[in-house]
Amino acid sequence: MTTNVPGSDVANRSVLELLVGALASGEIRVVDLTQTLSPDFPQISLPPEMGQCWPFRIEEVSRYDARGPGWYWNNFSCGEHTGTHFDAPIHWISGRDLPHNATDTIPAEHFIGPACVIDCSEQAARDADFLLTAEFLRAWETRHGRIPPRAWVLMRTDWSKRWAGERDAVAYQNYDETGQHTPGPDTGAVRFMIEERDVLGFGTEAIGTDAGQGFHLRPPYPCHYFMHGAGRYGLQCLTNLDALPPTGAVVMAAPLKIREGSGSPLRVLALVPGKVR
Amino acid sequence: MTDAIQRPRRKNPVLRTRQPTLPPGARSRAALGLTAAAAEGRFALQTCADCGAVQYPPREACHRCLSRTLPWRVQPAGGELLSRTTLAHSNDLFFRERLPWRLGLIRLDCGPSVVAHLHGDCGEAGSRVRVNARLDRAGQAALVALPHEDTPNMTDDVQLREFTCDPKYRKVLVTDGKTALGQAIVRALIEAGADVVWAGHAEPWKRLPGFDTVEKHPQVTLIPLDLTDARSVREICAEIGGRVDIVVNNAEVHRNHGIADRPGTDAARAEMDVNYFGFLRLAQELGPAMRGRGADGQSSAVAWVNVLSIYALANFPPHGTFSASKAAALSLSQCLRAEMRPAGIRVINIFPGPIDDEWNQLMPPPKLAPAALARAIVGALRDGVEDVYPGDVAQEWLARWRDNPKALEREVAAP
Repeated sequence: MTTNVPGSDVANRSVLELLVGALASGEIRVVDLTQTLSPDFPQISLPPEMGQCWPFRIEEVSRYDARGPGWYWNNFSCGEHTGTHFDAPIHWISGRDLPHNATDTIPAEHFIGPACVIDCSEQAARDADFLLTAEFLRAWETRHGRIPPRAWVLMRTDWSKRWAGERDAVAYQNYDETGQHTPGPDTGAVRFMIEERDVLGFGTEAIGTDAGQGFHLRPPYPCHYFMHGAGRYGLQCLTNLDALPPTGAVVMAAPLKIREGSGSPLRVLALVPGKVR
Repeated sequence: MTDAIQRPRRKNPVLRTRQPTLPPGARSRAALGLTAAAAEGRFALQTCADCGAVQYPPREACHRCLSRTLPWRVQPAGGELLSRTTLAHSNDLFFRERLPWRLGLIRLDCGPSVVAHLHGDCGEAGSRVRVNARLDRAGQAALVALPHEDTPNMTDDVQLREFTCDPKYRKVLVTDGKTALGQAIVRALIEAGADVVWAGHAEPWKRLPGFDTVEKHPQVTLIPLDLTDARSVREICAEIGGRVDIVVNNAEVHRNHGIADRPGTDAARAEMDVNYFGFLRLAQELGPAMRGRGADGQSSAVAWVNVLSIYALANFPPHGTFSASKAAALSLSQCLRAEMRPAGIRVINIFPGPIDDEWNQLMPPPKLAPAALARAIVGALRDGVEDVYPGDVAQEWLARWRDNPKALEREVAAP
């Protein structure tokens, strides 16, 4: 960035230079919000007669052996909605006709945005079926300021610790005879975020941006229905949200460029303020 | 009477594990007729279509009239023990390691006199005995004489155990312990005296009814085995592979689709990934460890059981992709059989008709109860047979398929 490129924007260059410097000095830290893709990571499960999203599977091509003497590599397979993943608007019936609604056509600038982290960890610890409401969001705003336009709203529940620590798939899925019990937003919260705050998207730590019992809300799966219907995005199976400040983090979440993809596993990174120089 | 076998003492780890040897395995093509019947638990001998003489040993032409028409016919088991002897010496490696070994000369009620391996409870010359053809460790039929009536602990006879795969005091891996069938298999194995049952428990967040009762058995250890996950299969096999004596591979995916009624390949692929590739992954990881333990004392590695389907023989179009996956598994099992034979490990294929489970909900009865299928599996292990067609539907399909496979194809395709 030191060469003087004719016609380049001096102001932008200096901002990027500052960014690179801050990353190098630790003034800005990178937090990885991604769960490791592994075969045992819990997978979304639909009733068995329906089509299923493939879990992550990996098989060796060769490992410095007769199949390839000098190199190690694998083939893997998974669904678009496996592991920590991104939901594009085309994922839901409500977003099917929107322009730029798939992983290959979403404008690239949408993949970087500020994040508001809503701490619901105490509520989720008490009630696995905790529903985030518009009132809860308004109360959060009284403490941390108004959710800016085009921001990610990330629902911190510490649900990811059920996997990250004990790798307890049963606790992470949290099924009983009536289905899955995981926290998520209610219909009012989703509409508030879209209609009154113009968010970029909504992210969670459990499997799905909707609550485990979201099928029984009105409409069923309100976060999928309204967010994608309004051209907004989803992130799920996030982790390390407890390492983010309530405001001030920048999230980079770029899905794989799959033609007409409904989503994809991805590496989600957050830039957060680090030590002050 | 036979002494009951005891739970084997722990293996002495400083001694070399005895490597498998096999009894003589060469047979003429004619003699393989005896093996074909024995593989299904039948005792059949050639019977001359012209003069009615029963033949033994198998041959190309009738010993009485030289007719070449010698169809195989099931024979009565009865006979009289004419004389008995006990081998104290053999130059054959297999028998040399198992001396002393009893043999008897028996006059069968159906005519021929035969030499047979003699159960310890058979009594002296002049006793009545039952003769059947049993598969030996080489996978070939040999004649075994049993006492006329059952005796206490008779399945524990050390010679007879060389022909069987009895689960008593053996350690068994059941690849899916969760389904109704899996639960029934686990229970049947415990009732049959299995020492340890590892029950596969993929996707542990899915709890199926009745599973609580299975995991409470002290013999049962749940393992997170998922046959679609190469890493899971490798880890489990690395952990327990050196101890598994019997595998019951009952994990399956079963959907009710042909070609036209379901777009895409996801359901068919899920079936293939468990029913065929899962079997392949498990065989690659577990096969070598089992082959190394084919002669490892009283509780050696002894059998691999595949729960296939009668639809492996002929495609049942309403369950067309499932049928195809089971046909693929049947073919692979023949490969495994060839690869396991040098270690004396039997590959047993079970071909049930519709099992009474949710994926056969819309099939009319009769349907095979999970407990009945589990009993058939344990029975196959105890009898040492290789192919089992349990239940009325399987038997009927088998008969129609053997009679005319093209006719069966047309019949099952009828709307």
